[in-house]
Amino acid sequence: MDLPIETASRSLPLAAKVKRRWLDERLLAWLISLITLLPLAVVVASLLKPQGEVWSHLGEFVLPQLLANTFWLVLGVGVGSLLLGVSLAWLTAVYDFPWRKHLAWALALPLAMPGYVLAFVQIGLYDYAGPLQGLLREYMEDTRWMPSIRSRWGVILTLTLALYPYVYLLARNAFLTQGRRALEVAASLGLSRRQGFWRVALPMARPWIIGGLTLALMECLADFGTVATFNYDTFTTAIYKAWFALFNLNAASQLASLLVFAVLVLVLLEQKVRGDRRYTSAGRAGAARPERLPGWRGWAAVAYCLLVLGIAFLVPMVQLLRWAASVAAEQLDLRYFGFVGRSLLLAAGSAVGVVVLALVLAYAVRRRHDLSSRLAARLATLGYAVPGTVLAVGIFLPISWLENGLINSIKALGLGQPTQILQGTLVVMLLAFAARFLAVAYEPTQAAMERITQSQEEAAASMGLGRRAVLRRIHLPLLRGGLLTAALMVFVDVMKEMPITLMTRPFGWDTLSVRVFEMTSEGQWEIAALPSVAIVLAGLIPVILLARETEKQS
Amino acid sequence: MKFRPLLIAAALTAAAPAFAEEVTVYSARIEALIKPLFDAFTKETGVQVRFVTGQEGPLMERLKAEGANTPADMLLTVDAGNLWQAEQQGLLKPVKSAVLDANVPAHLRDPGGYWYGMSIRARTIFYNTKKVKPSDLSSYEDLASPKWKNRLCLRTAKKVYNQSLVGTMIVRLGEQKTESIVRGWVNNLAADPFSDDESMLKAIGAGLCDVGIANTYYYGRVMQRDPKLPIGIFWANQQSSGTHVNISGVGVTRYAKNEKGALRLMEWLSSEKAQNLYADQNMEFPVNPKVKPDARVAAWGDFKHDYVNVAKAGELQATAVKLMDRAGYR
Repeated sequence: MDLPIETASRSLPLAAKVKRRWLDERLLAWLISLITLLPLAVVVASLLKPQGEVWSHLGEFVLPQLLANTFWLVLGVGVGSLLLGVSLAWLTAVYDFPWRKHLAWALALPLAMPGYVLAFVQIGLYDYAGPLQGLLREYMEDTRWMPSIRSRWGVILTLTLALYPYVYLLARNAFLTQGRRALEVAASLGLSRRQGFWRVALPMARPWIIGGLTLALMECLADFGTVATFNYDTFTTAIYKAWFALFNLNAASQLASLLVFAVLVLVLLEQKVRGDRRYTSAGRAGAARPERLPGWRGWAAVAYCLLVLGIAFLVPMVQLLRWAASVAAEQLDLRYFGFVGRSLLLAAGSAVGVVVLALVLAYAVRRRHDLSSRLAARLATLGYAVPGTVLAVGIFLPISWLENGLINSIKALGLGQPTQILQGTLVVMLLAFAARFLAVAYEPTQAAMERITQSQEEAAASMGLGRRAVLRRIHLPLLRGGLLTAALMVFVDVMKEMPITLMTRPFGWDTLSVRVFEMTSEGQWEIAALPSVAIVLAGLIPVILLARETEKQS
Repeated sequence: MKFRPLLIAAALTAAAPAFAEEVTVYSARIEALIKPLFDAFTKETGVQVRFVTGQEGPLMERLKAEGANTPADMLLTVDAGNLWQAEQQGLLKPVKSAVLDANVPAHLRDPGGYWYGMSIRARTIFYNTKKVKPSDLSSYEDLASPKWKNRLCLRTAKKVYNQSLVGTMIVRLGEQKTESIVRGWVNNLAADPFSDDESMLKAIGAGLCDVGIANTYYYGRVMQRDPKLPIGIFWANQQSSGTHVNISGVGVTRYAKNEKGALRLMEWLSSEKAQNLYADQNMEFPVNPKVKPDARVAAWGDFKHDYVNVAKAGELQATAVKLMDRAGYR
């Protein structure tokens, strides 16, 4: 029984009726992808200027070890976040056990904890000089025999805990929207819930799970802060080494280009394998009624959720709060209203903007369903696979060209002597965030699109609704959960984002993440705890909102 | 019509400098360390200081991209390596100033006047006082000797502080000798290199390792928080070349709109009244020889500097990085 149905043709009759306009969906998709393509082009253009000397050095002494490290990291984080994310999502979506509702939203909280902060807290807690081993040494001679957290398994664990929420949120969305009938039919055919999971729910959730996994792995590949805290050298280490240590931004961009190509190939391959399967919900919308887990099994589920939540969020949070409390008296001042306000404003603005772009993109892909639109969408989402600082430069260069052009022409026309036009505005920042985070909004949106059946669209069209009306009255309500997930993830990611904020913010536009940068750049982690806690608390707002929405839905 | 807001914005930006004199600074030194200084400068001179903080690399790319239209008048950054790079990439403009020449010793500024050190940071040896006698210690080179097998801790080679230290060693000892010393360090490591100096110092305090190399102000911070830690400071290479010092420093940008204001700010920063404010915030040493360091810093004692010009470290940074890669120092 393979539920995803193969179909020969997906061309919508609707498309034929609408007359072609100059601004059709495909063109729109390409226009949106330009936001990402321009900075990417800057990065990739570096390939035109070979940097033989740096490459031969890196190739001989640096890359072999880094590639092996990167391979193990990606494998570990991939498997780890799949296991954690899918199992937790399944548990909280189809079973009922004590505190399920609260645990369900709490398990998304680690999303709000920046990876590099989690890294520092974990090392601070569990390393040789930390309180845990210090306590142990009061009772025993030495603790050198203990495995060091500053090792491969330590990084994998930390990044898994920081990134599993992507898989969790998307997979949960899939399980909640697969339709009541799917699992009921499976049960009537004699499948237990566990069998139903493997043979029905999991195949039907594939676009979501792959989407979440794509996000987790892209972030893992582009991550520098977390691995740097562990001094674990990955491919990004080589990128930053080429730039900051060998002062060769060109070689750094070349390395980043390779990273982007690798990701693009993987993403396209996955799409090829996925082919034309469809994932519409079976029967009426909504989730199957949760099955009560009796007795110890219910409590085992609670224990599992609490264990993950404890290691990934509660314990680190307690440590952060302790540090924050110790410096709050001297650090917390009225300026924090500004930091928090600006962070919230940027995060909310980007969340709305980026989700709208992602919606248009996903809609275009659905309507046209041709290679060109799909490619446009995939290219538009590649910004997430580029290390943030490299992308920041890629974004800054075209804007500067435009800016210099504007300034010079204004001067030439004798209209004034401006020094800043675009760069003094938030437009630049918001565009840059779009280039970075389109993937984060696109994955849940396009996955949610999969649930809408062709007949729903056809019925609407047959009643004479136009394209926009169909989008508004059919797609939007059905996509609600997916779009909210997308908005939440973009919101939280923008709050945490550092390199683009640092490079493109106007004078005086310091945010919470700028505060975190200021403190961590000098290694003052205790002081950095204060803005970090503020980021987490601000990230709580959308997480709770989302949780309430999804509960309402199901 | 669409362009109207743009023009208004342009007109406003153009008009702004007319109200008050303003200096714009791009700073890789964090806000908490520079804002009190700028506030004091504004109070004294009436000149406003507008600044934005960020990482060195991106700030330099930003300057480069903005080109002649950059709003920045001054670049403030840590480590001579970065300043040397900024000069090489044509982002700075040389200035001549008798005041700066008098206040900043020759080995802490660019010979061509492109940049000037404003505070000194010393990178030296620290040890666990329960396990090591100061008489066992002598120099950076000595830490490569087999007697420190499994007793040494280091910060990652990816940090520019270590790259500069190794750079100056190349100046003194040549590439071959330096490489064998770095290999010796790597052989002696008691734990994987740390990502920051503070964690490394705490590992010495906890007894994971006996000796290590760090910047003094990190030591100051760690001890301030936990004065009972058994960590001692040792001035390296006092019998030979002197302890490795580096700077945080400033330069006027090539396309500065207010070069005079930037120069004035630089001269003021190097002056006797500003130097303590500049250095003490971060427990660094003032560059101006007439100014005494903070009491906490002075308590570590006097020491002999390595007088090789810090610009050399910048010049040799790439060489040092490659050398450390070859030696397996991560």
